[in-house]
Amino acid sequence: MNVLTCIKRVPATAGHIALTPDGQEIDTRYLGFTISPHEECAVEEAVRLIEKHGGTTTVLTLGPEAATDQLRDAMALGIERAILLETDGREWDPAATAAAIVEAIQAERAAGRTYDIVMFGNESADSAGYQVGVRVSEALDLPCVTAIKALDVAGGTVNVRRQTESGWETAEVALPAVLAVKEGINLPRYPSLPGRLKAKKKEIERIKPEWRDGGLEKVRLKLPVQAAHSVEVLGKNGDVSAELVQLFRRLSLL
Amino acid sequence: MILAFVDHVDGAPTILSLEVLTMARRLAQEMAAPLDAVVIGPKGGSAAGIFTSYGVRALHVADDGRLAEYAPAAWAQSLVELVGREHPELVIGTASDRGAEVMAHLAARMALPLAANCTEVMPGDPFTVTRQRWGGSLLEEARVKGAVKLLTLAPHALTAEASPSRTDVATRQWTPRLEDKAFRVRIIPQVEADTGKISLAQARVVVGGGRGVGSAEGFASLEELAQHLGGAVGCSRAVTSLGWRPHSDQVGQTGTRIAPDLYIACGISGAIQHMVGCRAAKHILAINTDPAAPIVQQADYAVIGDVQKVLRAVNTQIRKVRGR
Repeated sequence: MNVLTCIKRVPATAGHIALTPDGQEIDTRYLGFTISPHEECAVEEAVRLIEKHGGTTTVLTLGPEAATDQLRDAMALGIERAILLETDGREWDPAATAAAIVEAIQAERAAGRTYDIVMFGNESADSAGYQVGVRVSEALDLPCVTAIKALDVAGGTVNVRRQTESGWETAEVALPAVLAVKEGINLPRYPSLPGRLKAKKKEIERIKPEWRDGGLEKVRLKLPVQAAHSVEVLGKNGDVSAELVQLFRRLSLL
Repeated sequence: MILAFVDHVDGAPTILSLEVLTMARRLAQEMAAPLDAVVIGPKGGSAAGIFTSYGVRALHVADDGRLAEYAPAAWAQSLVELVGREHPELVIGTASDRGAEVMAHLAARMALPLAANCTEVMPGDPFTVTRQRWGGSLLEEARVKGAVKLLTLAPHALTAEASPSRTDVATRQWTPRLEDKAFRVRIIPQVEADTGKISLAQARVVVGGGRGVGSAEGFASLEELAQHLGGAVGCSRAVTSLGWRPHSDQVGQTGTRIAPDLYIACGISGAIQHMVGCRAAKHILAINTDPAAPIVQQADYAVIGDVQKVLRAVNTQIRKVRGR
């Protein structure tokens, strides 16, 4: 079985977000970068599938040269091969991103490499378009399921589970297919040191797709307006149990 | 014409769909355009009465026995057919798993852009929208082009509001032409036994723990407090990653969004991804050793101190006042 996992490099934000003066980007001067959370789980799921069923794993990202860090992170977890669709740092909208990925998959096919599963994260942490996987599936005429919280491959089909407000729902889909997973499908492993060293030495294949207009254009970013807010400190390093019980009573919880 | 794509459970529109209808009605007034709604599936027309209070002119019902089950591509193809026949200027749906999925298929099939999780919409050509990034911690102003504008509405961007005046809704059933291929993915609900546990999303009180709880065992004191208050236990992403709690307990952007009366955040720093998940709480109580932690700044009440010490004392106190 051959699995292709598509990931995105996103800033590792912490307590608050600051923007660049022109409002075009998050100010990342003091931030690290990471694989977007759902996709971290997609990588882990791909590695587990191959450990169980045998086959090959490839990771792909569309992003700047620096996104090779995230490709190497994925390879440190056990992915064998990596492809960078290298951009000049400009923002690609979901339709344009999907089109570039489709071209890359078609080029792979022309080179004799076909995929049983093309895996995505359900949505990226930063731009959250909720659509790249679906667009890729439509362009390649493959079935697609999103919001997957569990999957199991048996023979030529995959059984998937999704969580709803009231329980679970399932689908059985013939492979090849596009699957978009959510965090919680697994607990990603930590990369081993030998894994990291091996990933460092690996070749990354590069393609430079041409930027295109997908029809959704970012004008600027803005921070949501925060209402004025004050905190009531009930206590500091002393016994505050009486104050807390009083608070719970005031809120009719006790 | 503006078309609202309404998701429903056995014919009853979901709350997110009522929000979509509310936004669609406002836009219809602004654009001086009629508002139509579409529901997919044979039971779709059974709650047509609701639409009379949302200014809907016509309710389109895609009626095919196979559409009783949720099949994303078939639902989207039904919309493609309707859009091709009725030429709406805008199609707006929910940002639920289903809404997002069907709208993405529609966008791909019509080769149109789609703006997901919009909070504000300014009509024009192109449309200008405000949409959520980072689960709503950051907003993006964006232009949406295309002959038909496609949007999903962020959950709770506005409050669903029925109109005092009523309209006569014409129900128009049709049977879309659907190939078998559109049913390659059919999603089947699974009936499972009720565990009787209070669910995180519905709980009135959530006691959440972060790295500051110290260990998996350390959650025992949170469990006890949750039990005293009739609540549920939640956790931060750091805790899930450490393997202390299952992902189903995780509150945040990639976990569960909670809306309790009181959220007690124990040893949680308050990363933006976590705050996205708990900002709908009416009150937040932070227990943290660090008075400068972001969660303390955003809480209504704070206790500065060690989580285990504070919880042990308050659990003892509650047992005492309850005479146990």
